[in-house]
Amino acid sequence: MDEGQDGLSEIEVEARPPPPPRRRRLPDWITGNLLLLPTSVWFLFLLVIPTLLVVAYSLGQRGVITPVRFSWGHLNFSNYNLALNPLFLPIFTRSIAYALVSTIACVLLGFPLAYWIARFGGRFRNVYLVLVIIPFLTSYLIRMYAWQFILQRNGLLNSVLGAIGLGNDHTFLNTHFAVILGLTYGFLPFMILPLYASIERMDKSLVEASYDLGHGKTSTLFRVIIPTVSPGLIAGILLVFIPAVGDFVTPELLGGVKTQMFGNTVYDQFGSGNNWPLGSAMSVLLMMLILLGVFVYLWRVGEEAL
Amino acid sequence: MSTKSALRPRYLKLHAALVFAFLFAPIVVLVVFSFNKAKSGTSWSGFSTRWYSSLAHNHDALQAFRNTLKVAFIATLFATVIGTLAAFALTRFRFRGRSAYSTLIFISLVMPEIVMGISLTAFFRRFAHVDLSIRTVIAAHITFCIAFVVVVVKARLTAFDNRLVEAAADLGATPFQAFLRVVLPLAAPGIFAGAMLAFTISLDDVVITSFTAGPGSTTLPLYIFGQLRFGVSPSINALSTIVLLSSLVLLAIGGYFSVRAARRGAGAIDATALG
Repeated sequence: MDEGQDGLSEIEVEARPPPPPRRRRLPDWITGNLLLLPTSVWFLFLLVIPTLLVVAYSLGQRGVITPVRFSWGHLNFSNYNLALNPLFLPIFTRSIAYALVSTIACVLLGFPLAYWIARFGGRFRNVYLVLVIIPFLTSYLIRMYAWQFILQRNGLLNSVLGAIGLGNDHTFLNTHFAVILGLTYGFLPFMILPLYASIERMDKSLVEASYDLGHGKTSTLFRVIIPTVSPGLIAGILLVFIPAVGDFVTPELLGGVKTQMFGNTVYDQFGSGNNWPLGSAMSVLLMMLILLGVFVYLWRVGEEAL
Repeated sequence: MSTKSALRPRYLKLHAALVFAFLFAPIVVLVVFSFNKAKSGTSWSGFSTRWYSSLAHNHDALQAFRNTLKVAFIATLFATVIGTLAAFALTRFRFRGRSAYSTLIFISLVMPEIVMGISLTAFFRRFAHVDLSIRTVIAAHITFCIAFVVVVVKARLTAFDNRLVEAAADLGATPFQAFLRVVLPLAAPGIFAGAMLAFTISLDDVVITSFTAGPGSTTLPLYIFGQLRFGVSPSINALSTIVLLSSLVLLAIGGYFSVRAARRGAGAIDATALG
């Protein structure tokens, strides 16, 4: 039924009275594939082949003349061993930990805000939404730079703390705190917007019903509200976690050697470190982690969410 | 009902105020200190616009600004056309392989910038053997913009009432006429929103651009990023303020036109229905 040769969609089939004779139309599968032709060609060359290239590089060896040397015949997994050895594994776990903590912080900051806008925003609801969208659409780099400006040693935060007698020589940059703060700040709008969309659609009589049936506040929150808005919550979690775990700008501007993440390490391997196969192997591992998250999402929320 | 609510509005309101303060305080600080007279430090030493006038003579920054606009305009144009066609195919036609395309678009959306950056640099330098230039930057930007256009346009087309097309056909419109006079005007706000999103994302990109830019194709974010290696400076504050203001202006223009396009779309439907 999906590719009816007569080109009739389901709605047309249901229409009464029978539709008048119409001009010949190309079958759906021809039109559809024609419209998708530019996308297919573009993605084949600039997404699929480049990604396969990285997978191939991850199985190669560091070369002297060219960045990668292949020894065909046997697959070489040494780059994966190296990427997961005690030298680099902490970077892996640190990136995941930073992204997780930031995601949780975004839920804690974003959920009550989204709930308040959706339920109590009143006639200013759209104004509040624009206030969330503005940071969403302003430069991520510049927003991180603003934090660098505030958190640096002779920055605003130290001046303020000094002025109120708390000392003006604190170290904020290059700490776990700075990077997690930056990631949370950077991706918070990505959490609020899908959450808002879900909460706004929620039937508020569900909350009433829950109270009438004797549920308390906490019970209503966890057993009625959160399950109902879970598609938005899961979308928000993925929209924060995925870019956060692979982020490069935040650890670069607010972090240092101690707070290196995936992004910086891969960047270095393609730059000063000059080890493309290792950088590729790390990228493949990162992609696998993210695809795992996506599959969990599809399994929970369903394919129509695509 | 408010007293019964699981989340009390009074605390929620306080929380909302604090989160909004958190979201905007750093931006405000940056803008304020771009007018600071002092060359370094964060103590206020008087109002000055000297950092803005110094930018006017900064050829590197001006060239980077021109490059940024060129890349964003061309990439948005291509990505909007390619992405809109794909969104039409995925929403208005049923055929085998649709979900494979959706998956591909989804993967490009979730692929970390760093991975797309290295894969494109590997592709351009080692596979296609082209020199990195502004063209490779544009090609890279088109690649990551397509998915955003598809997602936004698809959302608009999914909410679309197919009976309007039926009505047009019943009134004697050919499929092409129905597309031009009914579907396109209704989809226009979505296409416009998709283009705006692609434009802002292209304006902002650092990571993928840094892997695909060659000599002379530095963009503004790349320029700012490079300058930050030498530490914080007031002229970067000024440059950042200009970038922030431009995206606000862009947002306002976008909002204005999408409201207008939505009205015009509705108008076109009225005309079709009447004619």
